[in-house]
Amino acid sequence: MTVAVRAAPGSSASLWQARRRSLKTIARYAAAVAITVIFLFPVFWIFMMAFKTPDEIFSRPPVWLPADFNLDTFKALVRDGDLGAIWTSLITAGVSTIFAMFFGTIAAYSLARFKTGGRNLAIGILSQRMIPPIVIVFPVFLAYVFLGWIDTFHGLIILYTAFNLPYVIWMMRGYIEDIPIELEHSALVDGWSRWQVLLRVVFPMARAGLFATTVFTFIFAWNDYIFALVLTRTEVVTFPVQVTSWFGQQFVFWARIGAMSMMGTLPIFFAVIVFQRYMVRGISLGAVKG
Amino acid sequence: MAHIRISSLHKYYDSVHAVRGIDLDIRDGEFTVLVGPSGCGKSTMLRAIAGLENIDSGTIEIDDEVVNNLAPGDRDVAMVFQNYALYPYMNVFDNIAFGLRARKFPAREITARVQAAAETLDIVELLKRLPRQLSGGQRQRVAIGRAIVRDARLFLFDEPLSNLDAQLREGMRVEIKQLHQRLGKTMIYVTHDQIEAMTLADRIVLLKDGSIEQEGAPLDLFERPVSRFVAGFLGSPSMNFLPAKLVENGTYLGLRFADDVTLALPAAASQRLASRVGQDVTFGVRTEHITPARDGELDDGFVDLLVTIDLTQPTGSRTYASFKLAGVAVQAELRAHDVEQPGEQIKLQIDMNRAIVIDPSTELVI
Repeated sequence: MTVAVRAAPGSSASLWQARRRSLKTIARYAAAVAITVIFLFPVFWIFMMAFKTPDEIFSRPPVWLPADFNLDTFKALVRDGDLGAIWTSLITAGVSTIFAMFFGTIAAYSLARFKTGGRNLAIGILSQRMIPPIVIVFPVFLAYVFLGWIDTFHGLIILYTAFNLPYVIWMMRGYIEDIPIELEHSALVDGWSRWQVLLRVVFPMARAGLFATTVFTFIFAWNDYIFALVLTRTEVVTFPVQVTSWFGQQFVFWARIGAMSMMGTLPIFFAVIVFQRYMVRGISLGAVKG
Repeated sequence: MAHIRISSLHKYYDSVHAVRGIDLDIRDGEFTVLVGPSGCGKSTMLRAIAGLENIDSGTIEIDDEVVNNLAPGDRDVAMVFQNYALYPYMNVFDNIAFGLRARKFPAREITARVQAAAETLDIVELLKRLPRQLSGGQRQRVAIGRAIVRDARLFLFDEPLSNLDAQLREGMRVEIKQLHQRLGKTMIYVTHDQIEAMTLADRIVLLKDGSIEQEGAPLDLFERPVSRFVAGFLGSPSMNFLPAKLVENGTYLGLRFADDVTLALPAAASQRLASRVGQDVTFGVRTEHITPARDGELDDGFVDLLVTIDLTQPTGSRTYASFKLAGVAVQAELRAHDVEQPGEQIKLQIDMNRAIVIDPSTELVI
């Protein structure tokens, strides 16, 4: 039998160790706070601008917080119909996300379970994602002019769907491959059809992956600037295009940029809050031998 | 109830010929165990019967109906998987009811059937729990519950006990055997464990490299193996194998080993092997047929041998003792106190009636 040798509490060795540990913790927290401040400061600054008067925006030394949080800029956005850009973005990003998730997940299932296209198709699909948008935006523009899809909702929705599909397929393929195949086999033997297996086994098992992929797909479409800039004019103006339109040659509408940035961040913010708890993996614990 | 007929079944995985023309008849109500080393094609065959694996040629018939192109769900089979295949997001009740819901049973009947299956398997108090709250043994019971609740005509088991610890495995083995006796259903059971195969099976089908090596009742295979592979695969500890030469030995034949020790073969074997005198052979004898020699006259077909024990492995009821014969380590099964120490000399007798002689070029018993 061995007896653990441990310094008695209060001895100099343990005091020194405890102090070292707490110093380490303090340093860690200080670093975390510093990093957070550095990254959040621009966000804070642009958000504050939404509430500032023009004088406060341009004053030197800078005004950190507006004297009173006036909502005039937000009222102006509503009055001028600029908030429509948020709506446009919600429609284009939302609908294209639904399409990309639906078709992408089915394609991913096919790749994962039926080895469709052999070993190389999956890589081929992913490689589509490697093309920088700027490279294809001009050919797409010409094609859209030909089709008459410039400045239309369906034009942007189809493009975002196509652009996001490789990502969805790649991600969902990984999540589906992680599902023990016996769960599907068992359901098939029980008498469920392939589609029902997809609905009753694959989707619940890949729920965390589905939600995470949905959120990221939505964010990609939401944040797109280059396609929306080139392929739209006045009818379908998305939020990033709207924001940049306020960087004029003579004047920059900082307050509007701030207010619109805030409005444009909120949907993503809420999406992540809502789906956060589903994004935790580990739901598959206990499916097969633990 | 179902009888199965498999004819010239072939399955390839890319260039690998996993199942090589298997013909097999499984009678109604029979408990058949497919056993063999990993990669012998036993699980592939089971999945092919379930419809989870496409076959490249041949036919599978259940009750005289060719099911080759039938979806798994239309074959009326139930299957238990090695890793249980329970749905982690459903409680035990829903897991067991899952197959009934697929077949659109009325809710009241589902409740009654799940309850009955749970009572059979003694898991009634677990019905509300999630799979992750169960032990390995409990999960396996739920998996079996999922299979029996549907009352399918054919039950398939794919190594259902190999994730359980030894003690639990023995208990579940008994329960599966009782289940078969009670339900009387045709069952096909895949395992790599020869003890499971011996204890459970009405009939063992021993597979090797995608072909049937031998099939028959467990004791038939054990006592009358057709090849060195079958003889070595069944039985624990494994059969002893020694190279020898078939020689004339007085009236009958004998086996001469490298150190010129010659063991006399009994009359029947001598007659059978008469044409092969002078050939190199492999001599095979099970540990339990090498026992301490009794005083007095040897029984017919027994030979005795004075050996020095190198190593003893007491198991409690039996002691396995190793000695060298012609430079090869041989194991004998002795009673607990026949040998106390390595280095002791003991006179052993070998039951040559139960020994086998193998042609080393074909590996077949001659």
